[in-house]
Amino acid sequence: MSTVATALAAQPNTSGPKKILVLGATSGIAEATCRIWASQGAALFLVARNAEKLAAVAQDLRTRGASFVETAVADLDDTEQHATLLSHAVNSLTGMDIAYLTHGVLGDQAQAEQDFNTTAHILYTNFIAPVSLLTWLANYCVQRHHGTLAVISSVAGDRGRRSNYVYGSSKAGLSAFLAGLRNRIDREGVTVLTIKPGPTRTAMTAGMPKSEKFADPNAVAKSIVAAIAAKKDQLYVPFIWAPIMLVIRTIPERVFKKLNL
Amino acid sequence: MPDPNSQKDLAAAVPFESWGRYPTYPAKITSLNWQSDYAPAIAHLHQGGALPVGMGRSYGDSCLLKDGNLLVTTGMNRLISFDPETGDLTAEAGMTLAQILDFAVPRGFFLPVSPGTKYVTLGGAIANDIHGKNHHVAGTFGRHVTQFELVRSDGTRKICSATQNEDWYAATIGGLGLTGFISWATLRMKPIVSRNIDYEGIQFHGIDEFLDLTKQSHNIEYTVSWVDCASTGKNFCRGVFMQGDHSTKPTPLIISPEPKLVFPFDAPGAALNHTTVSLFNTAFFHKQIHKRVVALQDYEPFFYPLDKVLHWNRMYGKGGLLQFQYAIPWESAREGTIAIMQAVAKSGLASFLAVLKAFGDVPSPGMMSFPKPGITLALDFPIKADKTFPLVERLADMTCDYGGRLYPAKDAAMTAPQFQAFYPQWEEFARFRDPLITSSFWERVTGDKLPL
Ligand SMILES: Cc1cc2nc3c(=O)[nH]c(=O)nc-3n(C[C@H](O)[C@H](O)[C@H](O)COP(=O)(O)OP(=O)(O)OC[C@H]3O[C@@H](n4cnc5c(N)ncnc54)[C@H](O)[C@@H]3O)c2cc1C
Ligand SMILES: NC(=O)c1ccc[n+]([C@@H]2O[C@H](COP(=O)([O-])OP(=O)(O)OC[C@H]3O[C@@H](n4cnc5c(N)ncnc54)[C@H](OP(=O)(O)O)[C@@H]3O)[C@@H](O)[C@H]2O)c1
Repeated sequence: MSTVATALAAQPNTSGPKKILVLGATSGIAEATCRIWASQGAALFLVARNAEKLAAVAQDLRTRGASFVETAVADLDDTEQHATLLSHAVNSLTGMDIAYLTHGVLGDQAQAEQDFNTTAHILYTNFIAPVSLLTWLANYCVQRHHGTLAVISSVAGDRGRRSNYVYGSSKAGLSAFLAGLRNRIDREGVTVLTIKPGPTRTAMTAGMPKSEKFADPNAVAKSIVAAIAAKKDQLYVPFIWAPIMLVIRTIPERVFKKLNL
Repeated sequence: MPDPNSQKDLAAAVPFESWGRYPTYPAKITSLNWQSDYAPAIAHLHQGGALPVGMGRSYGDSCLLKDGNLLVTTGMNRLISFDPETGDLTAEAGMTLAQILDFAVPRGFFLPVSPGTKYVTLGGAIANDIHGKNHHVAGTFGRHVTQFELVRSDGTRKICSATQNEDWYAATIGGLGLTGFISWATLRMKPIVSRNIDYEGIQFHGIDEFLDLTKQSHNIEYTVSWVDCASTGKNFCRGVFMQGDHSTKPTPLIISPEPKLVFPFDAPGAALNHTTVSLFNTAFFHKQIHKRVVALQDYEPFFYPLDKVLHWNRMYGKGGLLQFQYAIPWESAREGTIAIMQAVAKSGLASFLAVLKAFGDVPSPGMMSFPKPGITLALDFPIKADKTFPLVERLADMTCDYGGRLYPAKDAAMTAPQFQAFYPQWEEFARFRDPLITSSFWERVTGDKLPL
């Protein structure tokens, strides 16, 4: 990389379109969020593992008015490649205002109960891989005293439940990591936002009973865009999940262990 | 081989309903979120055939497939390109007209043809070659679809336009979804400078006043009438003639707010009866106190008055409703309309809102398109087991006698002989049907069942 490019990349962006790096850009929630940013003229760097889907998303966002759209195909489980991928992304954006981490898998709870490899895979994708990405991104932002790291965790991480505790524990780990990271870097001028969606109508929940009653990803996206703009620390979305999870967290374990949740 | 667990599977699925909520059938629902989801979906059919569907805004069974596979396209709603010079907008077929408007209106563009609801998909609008209030000047929706891609179940892909694969273009526009899967399409939008419509509402009494107003308004882009089908005597065929043009006075082109009202539950069956409908009709008629009302009206209430209340079809209760829409050619349009409206008024099965319009003579591009020059009337009836069906069957026979035809998108009752008389070209059309695709409508009106 030339010194000019390094200098450019080092400049925090104060005016002009927002520069946003999206990891897991083919996710239902991510795509809905990017549509809002695109209509505001943002510059986007999109990463996803499926090239065909990624191309369709990128084309849509260009048409909607994104001022810049670049893409990279990557399996984010491949943590070895993260440093190369991320430095390519921020160079291509010539800086970064927001990193939005959205990828994740629900996994098969029943199978995970029998097979550790399944469990390990869920923990790797939902916890280890984001931690690897965040380690690089946090240091990049701290150097510049600028940027927001917006990361999708889940209400499922607030308390382990029999129906999805493997997924839940991966998100619990992620939420705890984000809380600690915030405590470390907020004072450096870097915002860390933990996003905890409740059940949302996306590919991840398709076919689940009552999924037609789940939150609309466009409404979820709107709240996420607003929370990032307001430099919030944490977002329960839809907001009703904040009081619900408060109650769920306070149920004593001796009662909780008997519930079918 | 049907899977022995299939019935259980089908019963568990969330039902996909048509707008009339009659009939309802079990089917396996698969969501297509990406164009690339089609090939694996069609390769692994659960049993029976498949049918790609959109928002389920057709009233009857043309968007249903009993015990088959419904491939729901609404997750496939991405834009592909937009050219502000020509107005050409290319999008995946599951994008709704509402989503297209949200994108296009702030950029100064509007739909070339608009149905009475914006909650229909691009694919659905093509498959029924829908019409709007500007049919007399703009023709059907298909005329503004410059090209689309058709994917057959054998994997063949065809770009179709008026000059490329013309036969497939003609068969697919108005082709009831049966020729294959439309993956994307290009629609030519038209420029606007304001959300507003220069609106004029005019009361009329009787079909002849309606016909006079129609003649006088041939230079006005949008015309449609609401007509009272419940009244007899001196109020017979009274109505309000509504006309409008896009306002040429520039105003801010903002996005429409989202609807807030949702009809929350199924109304009890008796909520809609002759008395309530007559009261409604009288109120609607007199809401327009003066013979003529001129106003500047936003396009939302002008085009989509019913969209303000999501799920308004629940007003008809669990039993659902039956729609009925005919087109009768000019030779017998006046006579036929009077006869049919008299039969409806006499039946006491009053229609809540009846919509009357003159179709123009712009030719439809589709082989099976419904509109033809003359008068069209759309009615809906609450379903009363022993009364509604005999009435509708009689109305269909009358339509046939007057040389007209019925609209498959709004039908759950026409018989096979009636359909085959309305659309004598159906056998030629059947040659274009995809061998893995069918619908309950098609099975009903042709007796043609896919071998399982
Ligand atoms: C309140 C209201 C007002 C209406 N007003 C009008 C009007 O003014 N004029 C008018 O013409 N119609 C009108 N309609 C009818 C409506 O416009 C049509 O039924 C339309 O086709 C519905 O589109 P949809 O997306 O809901 O499709 P669906 O009803 O789900 O499906 C309709 C047909 O499209 C096919 N289809 C859908 N997507 C695809 C695809 N990707 N590839 C291939 N085939 C596909 C289906 O197989 C089916 O045959 C109205 C309906 C309502 C509820
Ligand atoms: N939907 C909900 O109810 C809900 C609730 C709470 C939290 N969340 C969280 O919200 C986030 C977004 O999920 P969603 O609801 O939008 O579901 P989604 O549409 O299924 O998105 C998940 C995305 O993650 C991607 N992904 C998975 N593993 C990957 C890998 N190894 N490398 C790269 N990409 C990978 C998937 O890619 P492919 O498209 O290629 O499969 C997919 O695009 C997830 O973190 C999820 O845990 C969702």
